Amino acid sequence: MTQLAARRLRRLVLVVAVVLFGGGCTAGAIAWNPPIRPIAAPAPASFPAATVAQGATLAAIGDCAVCHTAAHGAPFAGGRPIPTPFGTIYATNITPDPTTGIGHWSLAAFRRALRHGIDRRGEHLYPALPYTHFTHATDADIAALYAFLMTRRPVHAVAPANRLPFPLDWRPLLAGWNLLYLHPGVWRPDPAQSAEWNRGAYLVQALGHCGACHTPRNGLGAEETGQALAGGKAEGWYAPPLQAGSPAPHKWTVAELTTYLRTGVDRAHGAAAGPMRQVTDELATVPAADLHAIAVYIATLMPPAPPTVPPRPAPVADSSATAIFAGACGACHAADAPMTRDGAPSLARSTAVNATTPRNVIAIILHGLPWRDGHAGPYMPGFADALTNAQVAAIAAYVRAHYTDRPPWPHLPAAVRAARHDQALHAASRSQAMRAASRDPAVRAASRDQIVRAASRDGDRT
Amino acid sequence: MTGLTVNGQHHEVDATPDTPLLYVLRDDLELNGAKFGCGLGQCGACTVLVDGAPVFSCLTPLALLAGRKVTTIEGLGTIAAPGPVQRAFIEEQAAQCGYCIAGMVMRAHALLARTPDPTEQEIRDGMNPNLCRCGTHMRILAAVRRAAAAMRSAAPVQAG
Ligand code: FES
Ligand code: FES
Repeated sequence: MTQLAARRLRRLVLVVAVVLFGGGCTAGAIAWNPPIRPIAAPAPASFPAATVAQGATLAAIGDCAVCHTAAHGAPFAGGRPIPTPFGTIYATNITPDPTTGIGHWSLAAFRRALRHGIDRRGEHLYPALPYTHFTHATDADIAALYAFLMTRRPVHAVAPANRLPFPLDWRPLLAGWNLLYLHPGVWRPDPAQSAEWNRGAYLVQALGHCGACHTPRNGLGAEETGQALAGGKAEGWYAPPLQAGSPAPHKWTVAELTTYLRTGVDRAHGAAAGPMRQVTDELATVPAADLHAIAVYIATLMPPAPPTVPPRPAPVADSSATAIFAGACGACHAADAPMTRDGAPSLARSTAVNATTPRNVIAIILHGLPWRDGHAGPYMPGFADALTNAQVAAIAAYVRAHYTDRPPWPHLPAAVRAARHDQALHAASRSQAMRAASRDPAVRAASRDQIVRAASRDGDRT
Repeated sequence: MTGLTVNGQHHEVDATPDTPLLYVLRDDLELNGAKFGCGLGQCGACTVLVDGAPVFSCLTPLALLAGRKVTTIEGLGTIAAPGPVQRAFIEEQAAQCGYCIAGMVMRAHALLARTPDPTEQEIRDGMNPNLCRCGTHMRILAAVRRAAAAMRSAAPVQAG
């Protein structure tokens, strides 16, 4: 069966399951969610500065801006496409704009959205909003987040319509999904653990929603029970296990985890890539104590010692792959390259290279670690334009064979093809959203401002 | 000997397969448009097209090029008859020292072949991998806009 056919079949099975299940539930047990009365947008000055500041930290831990900000868009104004196995969902505007954002939302409406995935008007939100995690946030934290968001600059912006196939575009189905997978309730600390461990556990499980990417999901898009943080997927990248299954060849210490979360790079392990880069950008603003608490908690989940892998015989030299690696990768990654001499870890230390799946090695070969406006950090050029699929597969196989004792990845060429396919889809929805936004007069004005500011900053001195 | 097709011409060059294309272009084929800036894929001075797509020739070993077509700035036009992107760069006087310009022209050419009617943001994103040490970025952007307009009113662009 071709991959496409397999995907279609999976989709069909899923749709049928959801229809049967959702239909039954919605007809019966599901209560109607009443709208919550709109309020006049509260004056920013009505929120105490300390609460707003606390909300800013929690928003960074919750990565709100990561999903709710489009490429080059205004912060929190939504419009970013979130690719899911079911279709593309566009993040909404969570600035306090009264008509297009959450300006009319009361704290009660905001709390219901975070705890139950229901918007102010009583409509279900898709679980791309990780309310299965947020549901455990404390009242005080939700109030602080609310204070922070309601004091942002309101931006008038409407997110593009979601692209979901029928019947998944029918929101009431989510009532059934929630019955199965939403487990509201107060988060309970573990009295056997330290206060710091518990603080970390709360942040990871509730607002931090690490499991949204790092936990595998079932056919209905819900996190697998009993598999918390066992490794999942995010926007075409692999989110490696943060527990006993971690393939990291060097044990993560609390100090290394803290550094990695704060800076996006740790010299014993490597750099954050893909969606994790934006997460670490956000975490850079979080107080050290909270990052340390997260690190303390994650470190206890990790294996006590790195996995042992029996040595395997030296790989047979593939002269073409050797030449490609030397010419395309060696300038930075060879043992004597300036970057390596400068302290960047060997590829042998990379979790991606040691992982059970080649997904991240392929993704990073294709896309690299691009420059980002206004952010310092590691850089790697992407090779999507330079390499054929067979060449990407050859480099991935070479790196696996030369830097680890782990078995070769099976089905590399198919994995490369799938990565290109995902990337093309994602790039298309991203550029469509950007083009739609550039036709929106408000966004055009904002981006004109941005360009004028950039121009006067760059200074046209020629 | 390794075979290589550049600007429509086949060459047999005496270089090992791990040799970067940039070295072969400059040292063996005397095509000196592409420049060595960093050798690390960080500046774009060495940008050429492979099958129409922009690549850093400093990180493109010959081993990658079997059966593929390389286009350098020498393949886009001549001094007497510059191509549309080259002409736009001249008309905007986009070069100061000129070291980055061949790479900029190649990247702009690839961008416009893929996206003939780019938004301002798409131009900025597309040109992002290339740096200009003299800081003529504003004029380079103007040249890309001018080239886009000129090429839209002329015949459709062919990549590579
Ligand atoms: S010389 Fe190739 S990118 Fe700088
Ligand atoms: S013109 Fe001098 S580097 Fe660009």
